[in-house]
Amino acid sequence: MDLLIIILLPLLTGLAIVALPEKHSRVIALVGAVLQMAAAIALYVAFTHQREVGNVFPILFEQQYRWFPSLGISFHMGVDGISVAMILLTAFVVIAGVLVSWHMEKMKKEFFFFLTLLAFGAYGFFVSLDLMLMFFFLEIAVIPKYLFISIWGSGNKTYSANKLALMLMGGSALILVGILGMYFSIPPESRTFDIVKLSEMQIPFSLQRWVFPLVFTGFGVFTAMFPFHTWVPDGHSSAPTAGSMFLAGISMKLGGYGCLRAATYLFPEGAHEYANVIIVLASIAIIYGAFATMMQKDLKYINAYSSVSHCGFVLLGIGMLTKTAITGAVFQMVSHGLMTALFFAIIGMVYERTHTRMVAEMGGLLKVMPFIITTLYIAGFASLGLPGLSGFVAEMTVFVGSWENQGLFHRGATVIACASIVVTAVYILRAVGQVSMGPLKADADVPNDAKWNEKWAALILIAGILLMGLAPFWLNELVSPGVEIIANKLAGK
Amino acid sequence: MYEYLQLMKSELTVTLIIFILLFIKLGKGMKSETLLSLIQLLLLVNVILAFGFNETGRIFNGMFVHNELAGFQKGILALAVYLISLLCSDWLKSNDNMIEMFVLMLSALLGMYFLVSSDHLLIFYLSLELASIPVAAMANFDLERRKSSEAAMKMVMSSALASGILLFGISLIYGVSGSLDFATIWGKLQNDPLHIMAFVFLFSAFAFKLSVVPFHFWTADVYEGSPVVVTAFLSVVSKGAVSFALFNILFKLFPNLFSTWYSLVVVLSLLTMLIGNFFALRQDNLLRFLAFSSIAQVGFILVGLSGQNNDVISSVTYFILVYVFSNLAAFGVVSVLRSQAGIETISGLKGLYKTSPPLAWALSIGLFSLAGIPPAAGFFGKLFLLMSGASKGNYWYITLAALNMIVSLYYYLRVVRLVFSVPDGEQKPVTILRPVALGLIICTAGILLSGVISWIYDHIRSMI
Repeated sequence: MDLLIIILLPLLTGLAIVALPEKHSRVIALVGAVLQMAAAIALYVAFTHQREVGNVFPILFEQQYRWFPSLGISFHMGVDGISVAMILLTAFVVIAGVLVSWHMEKMKKEFFFFLTLLAFGAYGFFVSLDLMLMFFFLEIAVIPKYLFISIWGSGNKTYSANKLALMLMGGSALILVGILGMYFSIPPESRTFDIVKLSEMQIPFSLQRWVFPLVFTGFGVFTAMFPFHTWVPDGHSSAPTAGSMFLAGISMKLGGYGCLRAATYLFPEGAHEYANVIIVLASIAIIYGAFATMMQKDLKYINAYSSVSHCGFVLLGIGMLTKTAITGAVFQMVSHGLMTALFFAIIGMVYERTHTRMVAEMGGLLKVMPFIITTLYIAGFASLGLPGLSGFVAEMTVFVGSWENQGLFHRGATVIACASIVVTAVYILRAVGQVSMGPLKADADVPNDAKWNEKWAALILIAGILLMGLAPFWLNELVSPGVEIIANKLAGK
Repeated sequence: MYEYLQLMKSELTVTLIIFILLFIKLGKGMKSETLLSLIQLLLLVNVILAFGFNETGRIFNGMFVHNELAGFQKGILALAVYLISLLCSDWLKSNDNMIEMFVLMLSALLGMYFLVSSDHLLIFYLSLELASIPVAAMANFDLERRKSSEAAMKMVMSSALASGILLFGISLIYGVSGSLDFATIWGKLQNDPLHIMAFVFLFSAFAFKLSVVPFHFWTADVYEGSPVVVTAFLSVVSKGAVSFALFNILFKLFPNLFSTWYSLVVVLSLLTMLIGNFFALRQDNLLRFLAFSSIAQVGFILVGLSGQNNDVISSVTYFILVYVFSNLAAFGVVSVLRSQAGIETISGLKGLYKTSPPLAWALSIGLFSLAGIPPAAGFFGKLFLLMSGASKGNYWYITLAALNMIVSLYYYLRVVRLVFSVPDGEQKPVTILRPVALGLIICTAGILLSGVISWIYDHIRSMI
């Protein structure tokens, strides 16, 4: 399959939104999102077909175009199973994001344009096989994220928008310095940014040990690595609903994917060197995020802090360096993307009806909006890791993979991470219970249940969660060859 | 004879245009709209002639060199002048002395052409003077405004001082090497105190022209006081020409002093970025804001300057091209707003998106490009400058430069946020004249395409 379709579709959608009148913007955005979904599914089908006919080459559908050849940069695209999983996730979140924003009033055209631009950046990021190309797509998403919060946001939006943009740019700066350092330490004749070529090269340990932390930390900022997680609560809570869904569902996954593809895959010895640091930081994020969530009273803050905790599992899985744990990390990225997008979508719907996000001011909502609150339950259960939903599969895989490591340190970190699930259960059940049960609070003005667009948005995300939770094997088959080459690299093969 | 025509075609075109303008002035005069369109047409011809038909060769006993790269650099400068004539139509049209303005501007451009082509210190000095004296007269063009005269005065004083320093440096070089010819001097300047002193004087003069910290004090006042046309010219065309000349001088005269000028460039570029950025954070006047942001951009150009020969030439030339588009997009919007709605401050931009979406987009895209965010070409420009600077393996330096980009992002985004926010009250509607629209379209198209399409950079690279 031609990967250009994957990145051209959102681009063309965006151009169509700009070119056509404002009243059509949302329809175009939806059509574009559906087409992107179709393209993503077609990519999945084509990918599995290639595997079935026995094509074992890890990266498929490679395409390479000339792009700044004098600097060793090229427009190199290709996908492995991990990228396909991420592209599918992006397609799910994009379609739900467009549906949730269907009744957007303010500056519709711009809103849907930026939404599409963000999707464009994400798709491009997941198909790139060149570090500079990846960086280019990573940076494209800065503008829409910033403007989402500062135009359509709420609360302390200027502060949040600045914090988010500057911290993410800081992360990018680290990545840039890291990859430039790597580039100029290679002898001039073989200098390249091409991931495939770099992975075949023997990069000396002395280089890996200082490039790896830069690149990993840089991408870590995107995926809320402790102590660089502080943009997450502010950014997520100030963003509009679709913005939060994109930030948590897609944007944080860019970081996780980058940690895997750019840092761990290319600099395996560096990963071994710093694995313990990553594990410690991830464990802190998991526990700290969980306890911080307990203290939150605002639904969006609850989900934002729990995202810090959940993304800790991604980093923990990567830090454990075993094949199963890394598979778990990929699972967790997909799972967290889906469930957190669902959670934010529901919070947006509840807020539209009750005009509050404070848990204490809500109650008994199950009686008046059964669909929305039932969905909230599903999102909550997925978040606390109920079997049958995606969270369980992902977290379980991370734990099993972590346990494969011997020694007190790794076991201890695993136990701490497991223990956080109890805390998660406490805050999720408490929040969901207070919102849904009890007497109906008076100031919730005659709420009505979900409209068609909201139902579809929720159903699409729930479908993804169930698909992963009930039948994780297809995802496992999809990603494991990709994970295997990373694990092999880590094992020094 | 034919050789002269061929190698000096851009210079001759500019001279010819100057004469045409003077003759028009002698005559009965025309309606200002017609006249402006005519001038714009002539300038467009100038751009095309500068970019195309470039041959390699030397004339005047080797004092004047022309080659494809010089042709391209002259083309960038000509393009910038053409864009300025489009974007500042509002102001130019209403000015009675438009022809004089263009005569002065083109004289300065002529000086810059010679500057780019000079291969001899004499012609180099003369052209630098020709490139700066008319600008001081231009700065004084708003005769009613006291600030304009003040700006002109500051400009004259600082360029006179810079010229004096430059001449002293040149005399030292002559004393040491016995020649003014670049080729003869090449390799003669060593790591000797006297030679280093000559270098320091020469470099200081450049630092003045480029407003490198600590020689930047004149910049903000001059930018604020002069008419927007002049500010745009100063910040884009002058900076561009002087940057081209600077790397010529560094690589042609001081190759043996590399270790000396490397550390000097590193320190000065960091200081320049830092001061430019931190002062830009606090400005509310639009032109002062752009002045400090342009100081910060110069700091970035110096980052590129600290690399290997070929990387420097390609990255700086490319960056100047991108900078022309980005900065002029911003200046164009500022010019329209200033002459039509009297907006001079950043806070006055609040809600611009409601009043005029095209202007808001052009300004935002320009600022994104200045901040270095993709897909704008500024991203690639800054990336290549960083790559050029990083080739020496000085990663601390690159890290600090990248951190400076983050600071600059803050103030560029602040403007963009205001542009897109809800306006406080009713705002004066703004009409965009056709030439202005054309100028803004060229700028935004340039910003969005000249990066993503790698052909332009490859083309520059292939000319070296």
